[in-house]
Amino acid sequence: MSFTEILFYFFSAVLVISATGVITARNPVYSALWLVLAFFNSAIIWMLLEAEFLAIVLILVYVGAVMVLFLFVVMMLDIKVEELRAGFTKFDWLGLPIALVVIGEIASVVWLKSSDGVHLGLSSVAAPAAYALDYSNTKALGQLLYTEYLYPLQLAASILLIAIVAAIVLTMRKRPGQKMQDISAQVAVKASDRVRIVKVAAVQPDVDHGVEGQS
Amino acid sequence: MITLQNVLLLSGVLFSLSVAGIFRNRKNVILLLMCIELMLLAVNFNFVAFSRQLGDLHGQIFVFFILTVAAAESAIGLAILVVLFRQRKSINVEQLDTMKG
Amino acid sequence: MENTLLVIVLAPLVAAILAGIFGRFIGRAGAHTVTILGVATACVLSILTLKQLVTGEAQNYYGNVYTWLVSDGVQMNVGFMVDRLTAMMMVVVTFVSLCVHVYTIGYMADDPGYQRFFSYISLFTFSMLMLVMSNNFMQLFFGWEAVGVVSYLLIGFWYTRPTAIFANLKAFLVNRVGDFGFVLGIAAVLYYTGSLDYREVFAAAHHAFAGKSMEVIPGYAWDAITVTCLLLFVGAMGKSAQMPLHVWLPDSMEGPTPISALIHAATMVTAGIFMVARMSPLFEMSETALNTVLIIGSCTAFFMGLLGLVNNDIKRVVAYSTLSQLGYMTVALGVSAYAGAVFHLMTHAFFKALLFLAAGSVIMGMHHEQDMRKMGNLKKYMPITYLTCLIGSLALIGFPGTSGFFSKDALIEAVHESHLPAASFAYFCVLSGVFITAFYSFRLVFMTFHGKERFDTSETAHQQDSHAVAAIHDDHTYGHDDHSHVNQDHVHDDHGHVGGIPHESPWVVTLPLVLLAIPSLFIGWFTIEPMLFGDYFGSAIVVEEVHNVLGELAHEFHGSAAFVEHGVTQWPFFLAMGGVFFAWLFYVKLTDVPSKIARFFAPLYKLFENKYYFDDVYFAVFAKGSRNLGQALWKVGDSVFIDGFLVNGSARAVGWFASVIRVIQTGRLYSYAFTMIIGLAAMLYFFVLKH
Repeated sequence: MSFTEILFYFFSAVLVISATGVITARNPVYSALWLVLAFFNSAIIWMLLEAEFLAIVLILVYVGAVMVLFLFVVMMLDIKVEELRAGFTKFDWLGLPIALVVIGEIASVVWLKSSDGVHLGLSSVAAPAAYALDYSNTKALGQLLYTEYLYPLQLAASILLIAIVAAIVLTMRKRPGQKMQDISAQVAVKASDRVRIVKVAAVQPDVDHGVEGQS
Repeated sequence: MITLQNVLLLSGVLFSLSVAGIFRNRKNVILLLMCIELMLLAVNFNFVAFSRQLGDLHGQIFVFFILTVAAAESAIGLAILVVLFRQRKSINVEQLDTMKG
Repeated sequence: MENTLLVIVLAPLVAAILAGIFGRFIGRAGAHTVTILGVATACVLSILTLKQLVTGEAQNYYGNVYTWLVSDGVQMNVGFMVDRLTAMMMVVVTFVSLCVHVYTIGYMADDPGYQRFFSYISLFTFSMLMLVMSNNFMQLFFGWEAVGVVSYLLIGFWYTRPTAIFANLKAFLVNRVGDFGFVLGIAAVLYYTGSLDYREVFAAAHHAFAGKSMEVIPGYAWDAITVTCLLLFVGAMGKSAQMPLHVWLPDSMEGPTPISALIHAATMVTAGIFMVARMSPLFEMSETALNTVLIIGSCTAFFMGLLGLVNNDIKRVVAYSTLSQLGYMTVALGVSAYAGAVFHLMTHAFFKALLFLAAGSVIMGMHHEQDMRKMGNLKKYMPITYLTCLIGSLALIGFPGTSGFFSKDALIEAVHESHLPAASFAYFCVLSGVFITAFYSFRLVFMTFHGKERFDTSETAHQQDSHAVAAIHDDHTYGHDDHSHVNQDHVHDDHGHVGGIPHESPWVVTLPLVLLAIPSLFIGWFTIEPMLFGDYFGSAIVVEEVHNVLGELAHEFHGSAAFVEHGVTQWPFFLAMGGVFFAWLFYVKLTDVPSKIARFFAPLYKLFENKYYFDDVYFAVFAKGSRNLGQALWKVGDSVFIDGFLVNGSARAVGWFASVIRVIQTGRLYSYAFTMIIGLAAMLYFFVLKH
C-alpha cells in the first residue's frame, strides 16, 4: 500500500464521516460546517487524482462562496430547528434501505466482474500512470476551455450573470418608509429648485407699539 | 495508486449518504439543498476519476461546468428560500403542499 | 380565336359582377345596361365564331387557357373546345339570354331586386358558356354546378315566399342526386382513361373500356362503359329533368318568368342533352346505356305530356311541355340521333323561350294572374303576345314549315328507323306525345286567348280574390300541391295601372317575343339539311354505323320543301291536327265537356292531378325517411353516442382516472423527491440486472 493510497483511504474516511455529519447534525449550521469539511476532503482527493485546478476551484467556489452563502442564509433566517427536526428519523426505514440498495448496486457494478465489460471487477482496472512532473493541469484545461469550449464557457458565464440578476430580483424588496438617495435627481437639480430669493422690505421696529401692546 | 474502483465506490457511498440525507431532512429546504450539493459532488467524483483513468480532460471540463451551474443553482435556490421564508415565516417543506392534487 | 372566346365568356361575368356587387352605385338603368352590353357582346362574338366555323374561315379551336391544378399527373385545366356543336350552343344560349335580358327590363320593372336579378342571369350566361365551351370534364362539371347554383338562386328569387324557398330547395336536392351520379361518372372516366380531357378521353375510350367490367353489386359484373355512361346519364337526368328526377322542374316555375324561359326551358335544362351529345363517342359504345336512355326519354315524353292536359296554371302547362320535349330529345339521344337531339334542342330553345316569355307577358297583362281559368279572349287585349304565342305553339306541335316541325318530325322518323329493342315502345310514346302536345298547347292557347272573358275587371274584386287565394295558400306550408299559383306578394304588381283590364305589354317585352318568333318559324327550314343530314357537326358527334339512323334518313331527304310535303301525309301531322281540333272542340265549343270527362275518368284525373304521386312518394320515402334517419342519428348517434359516450364519457373517464391518481399527488416536495430516488434505484437495479 503506497503512501498515496494511505492518504486516499484516510481522506476518504474523513469524507464519509463528514458526509454522515451533514445528514445527521441537529443544527443546520453544523451541517454546513460538516459540508465544508467534506468539500475540503474532496478537494484533497481530487488533488490525489491529479485534478489540481478543479480542487482549487472547488475550495474557492464552494467553500469560499457557496458554503458562506449557505451559512449566511442559515444564520440570517430565524429557523425553528425543533419544528424541523420533529420526526427526523421517521423515514429512516425507507431512506436507509434505499441508500444501502444504491450502494449495493454501485458496488455490484464496480466489484463484480463480467465478460462483457459492464461490470468492472474490483482490481481488474489498473490505476493509470501519474502525469509527468512538468504537466500543468490548469494549462491543459485552459487550453481546452478557451478553444473548444469557448461558447459553452460564455454560456456558463451568462448563466452565472442571470443567476446573480435573478437572486437580486427575487430577494430585493422595497420597505415602506425606506429613505433612499435619488442620485440622478440630486445631480439634475437646479439652484432655482432649492433656493427661493425673497425680497423683504426693511421695517423699523416700532418700540412704542410694542409697549402699547403689552399694556 | 488510487484505482478507479476505489473512487467509484467512494462516490457511490457519498451519493447514497446524500440520498439518505434527503430522506432524513425532508422538511428542511436548506438541508435538502446541501444534500443536493453532496450528490453533485459524488457525480463530480465520477467525472474526475474517469477523466484521470482515460486520460481525457473533457471530463474535468464537465466538472467545471457542473460547478458553475451548481453555484448558480444554489444561489437562486437560496434566494427563493429567502423569499419563501419572508412569505411563510418558515422553511418547512411539509407546509408547502399547494401542489396537492 | 382564344381572345374572342375569352371575351365571350368573361363579358357576362364582368357584367354580373358589376351589376351584382356595384348594383347600388350603378343603379337600375346601369345594371341592365352593363349586363345587356355584356351579353350582347358575347352574342355577337358567338355568332361571328359560328359564322367563321361554318364558312371554314376558322378551324375548330381546342386549347387550354389556364391550368388550375395538377394532381398525380391529372391536369385540371380551364380550356375551350369550340367546334360547330359548341358554337351553335353558344349562339343559342347568348341569343336567348339576350332576349331574356331585354324582356326582364319590362317584366321586373318594379321589383326591388332588379340589379340582383340582372346579376344572376348574367352569371348564368357565364356559367352556361363555361359548360358548353369546356374542353374537359372538370370544367364541364364546374359549369354544371354553377348553372345549378344560379338556378337555385333564381327559383328562390322571391325569397320571402315559402313556396319559392321550398321549390328551390327541392330543385337543389333533386339535382344533387343527379350530380352525384355525374361525379361518379366523371370519376369512372378518369379511372379508366386516366384523363379528364375530352380529346384524350375520346381517343383512349375504345382501348380503355374494351372488355373491362366492374362490379357495382358484388357478384354481378357489368360493362365498365355501360356503368360509366349510365352514371353520366344520371347527371343528365337530374339536370334535364328526366323521369324520375323530373319533380323539381314544375316547381321551379316559382321563379320569375324570364328565368323560367331562359334556364328552365331554353338552356340549362338542355345541358344534359348537350352533355350526352358531347359524350356520343362514349355512349355509342354501350347499347344497354342507349336503350336505357331511350326508355327513360320516351317515358318522360309521354307521361309528362299527359300532366300538361290537366294543369290550369299557364306556366306549369308550359313547364310540363318542356319536360315532354326534353323527353323527345332524350329519345333522340337514345336512338343515336344526336344531331336530331341537338337540332331539336336548338329549335326548342327558341320556341319554348318564346312560349314562356309570352306566358310571362300574359301574366303581366293579367296583373300576375296565372290561372288559365281566369283568362279568356285575351287576343283582343294583347295582340302581339297572342300572335307570338300562337307561333310558339305551332312550332311546339310541329305544324309543317315551322322549326318545331322539322326537328320533331325528323326525330320521330329517326325513332322509326332505329333497330334498338326499345325503339318500338319509344315510337309509340313519341307518336302519342304528338297528339298530347298539340292538345295541351292549343288548350293553353284557346283557354287564354279565345273564348269568354272569365277575368274579373273590377279592381277590388281582383285584389280580394287574389288575397283570398293567398290566404288559402298560406295554409300549405309545403306548397308542393297547389295547382293554381297567385303571386302572394305583390311586389311587382300593377305596372302603373289601376284597373283589372288586361293590357298589352311594353315594347321591351314584345320585342324579344318578336325576335324569338322569327327563328321559331324559320330556323328549321334553313338548318335541317346541314345539321341533320349534312356534315355540319363533323367530328363533334360520333355515331356508330349500326346506329346511324340519320344516315338512313338522309337517303330519303330531298330538301326542306319536300320534307314538308312528305310531312303533311304522315301520322304525326294528323295526330297534331287532331289534337288541335279536340282542344278547339273542348275549350272553345263544348266547354263543359272537359269537366265531364274529368268526372268520368275520375281516378285517372286524380292521378294526373297528383302528378302520378311522384312528389308524395318522394316526400313519404326520401324526405320523411331522411328526416327520420336524421332524427335517429341526432337522438341516438349524436346525443347518446357522441355527446354522451364519446365526449362526456371521455371527460368522465379522465375525471375518474384523475380522482384515482390524485391520491398519490400529496403536494409535498419530499414525496416527489422520494419517488424520484426510488425510481432511480429501480432503474439502476434493472440496469444491473439486465447485464
